[in-house]
Amino acid sequence: MLELRGIPASEGIVIAKAYKLGKEIFNIFKEPISEKDIPSQIELFEEALTQTRKEIIKLQERISQEMGRETAEIFDAHLLVLEDRMLIEEVINRLKQERFNIAYIFSEVLKKYVEIFSKIEDDYLKERISDINDVGRRILRKLTGKENVSLEKLSERVVVVAHDLSPSDTAAMHKKNVAALITDVGGKTSHTAILAKSLEIPAVVGLKDATHKINNHDLLIVDGNEGLVIVDPNEETLEIYRQKEYKMSSIAERFFADKDLPAITLDNAKIKVLANIELPEEIDSAREHGAEGIGLYRTEFFYMNRDDLPSEDEQFQAYKYVAQAITGNEVIIRTLDLGGDKFISQVQIPEEMYPFLGWRAIRFCLARPDIFKVQLRAILRASAYGNLKLMYPMISGIEEFRQANSILEECKDELREKNIPFNENIKVGLMIELPSAALTADLLAEEADFFSIGTNDLIQYSLAVDRANENVAYLYEPTHPAVLRMIKNVIDAAHKAQIPVGMCGEMASETKFVPLLLGLELDEFSVPALVVPQIKYIVRMLKKEEAVSFAKEALSFSTGKEVEDFCSQKIKEIFP
Amino acid sequence: MPHIKKIIKVKNKQGLHARPAALFVQVANKFKSAITLKKDNEKVNGKSIMGILMLGAERGSSVEIEIDGEDANQAILELETLLLREE
Repeated sequence: MLELRGIPASEGIVIAKAYKLGKEIFNIFKEPISEKDIPSQIELFEEALTQTRKEIIKLQERISQEMGRETAEIFDAHLLVLEDRMLIEEVINRLKQERFNIAYIFSEVLKKYVEIFSKIEDDYLKERISDINDVGRRILRKLTGKENVSLEKLSERVVVVAHDLSPSDTAAMHKKNVAALITDVGGKTSHTAILAKSLEIPAVVGLKDATHKINNHDLLIVDGNEGLVIVDPNEETLEIYRQKEYKMSSIAERFFADKDLPAITLDNAKIKVLANIELPEEIDSAREHGAEGIGLYRTEFFYMNRDDLPSEDEQFQAYKYVAQAITGNEVIIRTLDLGGDKFISQVQIPEEMYPFLGWRAIRFCLARPDIFKVQLRAILRASAYGNLKLMYPMISGIEEFRQANSILEECKDELREKNIPFNENIKVGLMIELPSAALTADLLAEEADFFSIGTNDLIQYSLAVDRANENVAYLYEPTHPAVLRMIKNVIDAAHKAQIPVGMCGEMASETKFVPLLLGLELDEFSVPALVVPQIKYIVRMLKKEEAVSFAKEALSFSTGKEVEDFCSQKIKEIFP
Repeated sequence: MPHIKKIIKVKNKQGLHARPAALFVQVANKFKSAITLKKDNEKVNGKSIMGILMLGAERGSSVEIEIDGEDANQAILELETLLLREE
C-alpha cells in the first residue's frame, strides 16, 4: 500500500483500476532495404496516411456529437499536419536516398520537426508540437502494426493515470468509462481539473511522480476531496473507502432529492443559492438543480470563436431568453470580461508582459465604448422582460465604477430617445476581485447596488500566485488570513450600506467553506448548477449563530492551513 | 505557363502564424501550381503548414512568393490578399 498526495482538483471518491496513459514506446529498428522494396514501402506509408486520416475524421465526428464542434476543431490542426506536403515529400525523398525501412525514416523526420519546433520561442508553435506528436504516433502505430492504446478503446471504468492530459487525449475518451483522472502535473484550474468537474468525477493533480509509482491495472483509491491517491490498498483501507464511496453516492442522492427546499438555516436565516452559467441553454440545468436565480451569467462566449462582433439584437435575444426563463428570479449579467486568459479574435490586443495585470475586462470596455455600449443596450433592453441585474468585472476603484455607469447612462438616454422600454431601476453592481476594491469596499458600497466577490482572481491578485503554475499553486489558499480579512471587510462594508453580497468564485462551491462563509454573513452563494443542491443542504443543517462564532474563531488563526483544517473538521462533524 | 515571383510585406498582426498560416496553406492547396515562399535564405513549400510555420515570418517581414503553374495568376491574387490582410 502506498499513499500519494497531490492537489484535490475535483471532488468525489472512487475505487477502480489504473489505466496508464504513458508515453508510448515504439521499438523501431533501422533496417536497410533494397531499391526494389522502395515502391512497396511508399505504398505502406500512403496506406498508413489514408488509414490515419479515416481514423481522425471518425474520431472528429464522434467528438463533435459528444462534446460539440468547437472541441472537435483540434482535429482540424491534426489533419493539416497529416496532409503536410513538406513532411510527406521529405519522408519519400529520404526513403529513396537513404534506403531504410519506412517506419525508421518517418520517425527520424518526425523527430527533426519536433526538435525544430521546440527551439522556437512561441506558444502557438509549442502547441503545434503536441499536434505533430499526436499525428505522428497515429501514423507510427499503423506503420508498426501496433494497436491504438489510447483512451479511445477503454472498455471498463478505470482511473486514467497520466503525466499530463492534452485536450486531444481527453476529447478522445469514452466518458462513461473514466472513473477518475490523476496526473503528475497541473493545478486546480488545469484542463484536467475543469474536465473532471464537468464530468462530475474525482480528480487529483500535481502528484509529481504518480506515473512512476503506479503500474497498469493497480487497484487505486482516488479521494478527490483530500487530494489523496492510495495505490494497492490493504483490505482494511479498502473497506473504509468502500463505505465512504457508498455514503457519498447516497448523500448525493439525498442532496438532489431536497434540491427544491429553500436554503434556510436551523435558526431561520435565509440564504440564496444561485447558479453560474455561461450559455443560455444552461438555464435548464440551473433550474433542475434548484437554483434560485443566476448569480453570474458570463457573456464572453458570445465573442469567442467567431470573426465578427455579436450584434445588439443577437445579445438582446439571449439575455431576454434567460430573463424570461428564470421567471421572477434574479439574473446577474456580467459585462464582457476578456483578457487575462480569455481573448477574442475580433479585437487585436497588443502582446503584454503581464496579461492579468493588463488591458482586460472593464479597462478594455471603458476604452472601447463602441463595443461596450452594444452590450449595455442589449442588457438594458432585456431588463424589461425579467429581473436582470448588471455587474462590471475587475473594478479597481470608484472612478472606474462611475465611468462605467456614465456610459450606461448614455445608453439609457439613447433608448429613451427611441422609446425602447427598459427597467429604469435596474440594479448595478460590481465584482470585488481586486485587493484595491476589497479594501475600498466602503466607498464602493455607497454607490453600488450589490457586490459579488470573485474569489479566483481576488486570491490570485492578493497572494500573487498564478494558479496554473504548478510550482507555486500550493500558495493559492482561499483560507489565507489576508483573503479572509478582505472578504470580511467587503461583507461588513456592504451590510453597513445595506446592500447584499454574493460570492461567485470557486470558494463558494467548496462544501467545506460553507460554514465559514455563512458565518461571515455572506448573503448569496453562486455556484455551478451541479453543486447547488449540496450547498443548500449544508446551509439547512447549520445554525447561523454558531457559524458566526465559528467564523470568528477561523479569523483568529495565523495560517491558511490551520483555517482549512478547521473548516474540514467542521464539515466532518456535519457529515461524519 | 505563367511563372510569378513577387516580394510581399506581411501585414497580418500575428505574422504568418497561427490562423493566418493555416489559412494560407488551405488556400495554397486549392491550386495546382507549385508555390514556394522564401524569407532570408530559407525556402519552403507554400502548401506545407510546417514549412510556413518554420519560416517564422513576423509582421512586417518581406517574403518572396514564387508560383509556377497554369493557375498561377489566380493563386497570386488570392494569396497576396491574405498576406496583406491586417487582422
